[in-house]
Amino acid sequence: MDYYLQILLIAGIFITLTLSLNLINGFCGQFSLGHAGFWGVGAYASAVYSVYYALPLPAAINMMIAIIVGFIAAALSGILIGVPCLRLKGDYLAIATLGFGEILRIIITNTEKIGGPRGFINIPHWANIIWVYAIAAVAVVFMINLKRSSFGRAIISIREDEIASENMGVNLFKYKLFSFTIGAGIAGIAGALFAHTQQFLHPSNFNFMWSVIILVMVILGGQGSVTGSVVGAIVLTIVPELLRFAGGNIAAWRMTIFPVLLILLMLARPQGIFGPHELGGSKLRSKA
Amino acid sequence: MGQNVAFFLWDCLQYLINGISQGSLYALVALGYTMVYGIIRLVNFAHGEFLMIGAMCGYYALQAHLPMPVAILVAMLSAGLLAVVVERLVYRPIRKSGRIPALITAIGTSLFFQYFGQLTFGADPKTIPPFITEKIYNFGEVNVSNVQLAIFVITMLVLAFLWWLTHFTKIGKAMRATSYNLQAAELMGINTNKIISFTFFLGAALAGLGGMLMGYTMSVEPMMGMNLGIKAFVAAVVGGIGVIPGAALGGFIIGIAENLVAGLYKSSFRDGVSFFILILILLIKPSGLLGKNTKEKV
Repeated sequence: MDYYLQILLIAGIFITLTLSLNLINGFCGQFSLGHAGFWGVGAYASAVYSVYYALPLPAAINMMIAIIVGFIAAALSGILIGVPCLRLKGDYLAIATLGFGEILRIIITNTEKIGGPRGFINIPHWANIIWVYAIAAVAVVFMINLKRSSFGRAIISIREDEIASENMGVNLFKYKLFSFTIGAGIAGIAGALFAHTQQFLHPSNFNFMWSVIILVMVILGGQGSVTGSVVGAIVLTIVPELLRFAGGNIAAWRMTIFPVLLILLMLARPQGIFGPHELGGSKLRSKA
Repeated sequence: MGQNVAFFLWDCLQYLINGISQGSLYALVALGYTMVYGIIRLVNFAHGEFLMIGAMCGYYALQAHLPMPVAILVAMLSAGLLAVVVERLVYRPIRKSGRIPALITAIGTSLFFQYFGQLTFGADPKTIPPFITEKIYNFGEVNVSNVQLAIFVITMLVLAFLWWLTHFTKIGKAMRATSYNLQAAELMGINTNKIISFTFFLGAALAGLGGMLMGYTMSVEPMMGMNLGIKAFVAAVVGGIGVIPGAALGGFIIGIAENLVAGLYKSSFRDGVSFFILILILLIKPSGLLGKNTKEKV
């Protein structure tokens, strides 16, 4: 039972994470490969609050504070990284964010107060699966509304064509930085949830491979699709686990079958399961 | 005081020499990244895995009592052929779907070979002996081994070979044409698919060579490609991705910086410094030290 609960929990955290990266990658079209770094900053910052500076308040209120701390810390690091990096484009932006993500992780590994390479222990168990899915639901509603707002449309126009959207009066840097910062902040919230459900953090949870996995979830679901992100996060959390039960050779080879499935999907449907569409087929429902 | 300064300078010189030797290896691996990126604009994340498979094959060739030069040849050929097969089966069909699906496919390929390696070769690290018997020469306080010298010389020879290949042969000319403009090259009667296959083969064969020379400093294991691949990739970007001398320059810079930081400060910041340099270069000159600036056209 605990095993299934844990999988559901991780899937919920990844829904929030995937949505946050979709804001940067799918909506705004800025290719980021360092997202696990923001996740880690949020997780560690909120854990520092709950381990060293926790106020004598009920767990639920403390958890709210931890989430806010995670959001602010990750959003600040998003600004810090976004201001210099967002001048870059395409592959170069991806590489720069990869570099920053790894630097954040190396700084965490080398800070003794938060456990360094041994990992951060004794984090209180403040959050549970209800918290995780409540936050994921809030993130879904936020993203759908954002997509319909004028702000969201401005961000999407940047993805479609930067030069054209600049000509239409969109302040490129401002909107890019906005989506980068909010995306990082939401990843920080997911980090706070991760820290307070797992009660243990290790720097290797936030390495480059995890950035890639979050990115794959976004692409698999479809860039710019909220439904796609939810489906992508759930599918990619559950499929590797399902292969475990397939027995015999399949279970032993599951970590090689998984990338093969990924490659086959990319060959068959490079735009992801949903493409830019939402459930129901409309690309951008207008406010009637 | 004066003596301390002297020791410090000797130390620096020692790290510099170690760095050049290690940087040569990064350069060998970075060349493959740079050539593939130069020709089809794909960051080939599976490059580190080509190196790993090559080194593994070389290791088993040594186990079968083949002499070292043959084992190196086995490593180069197996890595090269693997790259050609992967290119044909995976990268070629995805090429027209755009760059992001191609990137995800490359990541998938890389993951596949990591776990494939664990299941077939086992997760235990394997050691490849140095390719020549090690001799250490002393110059004052500095030690230089003949292996380090040989690695440097081999890298220089490879660079000279690549320079000759790209500038003075027909296939090199075709490679340059393809990287300049793929469609136009095709219209001029160049079989671009063949050129791309050849580029993959060449890049991966150099990675296989690098993997065999690496036995000197590290052991071979299925997960080695990840970290090494990222480092080499960073080196390629620092020097200017798509530019062959840039890969070598970037490799030396990363190798030297890592050794200086690990030696003089903290070895746990070894990985951090290469990313720091990467970001510095990207902010100052995004196309890399030797890269050409491209103008954006509307």
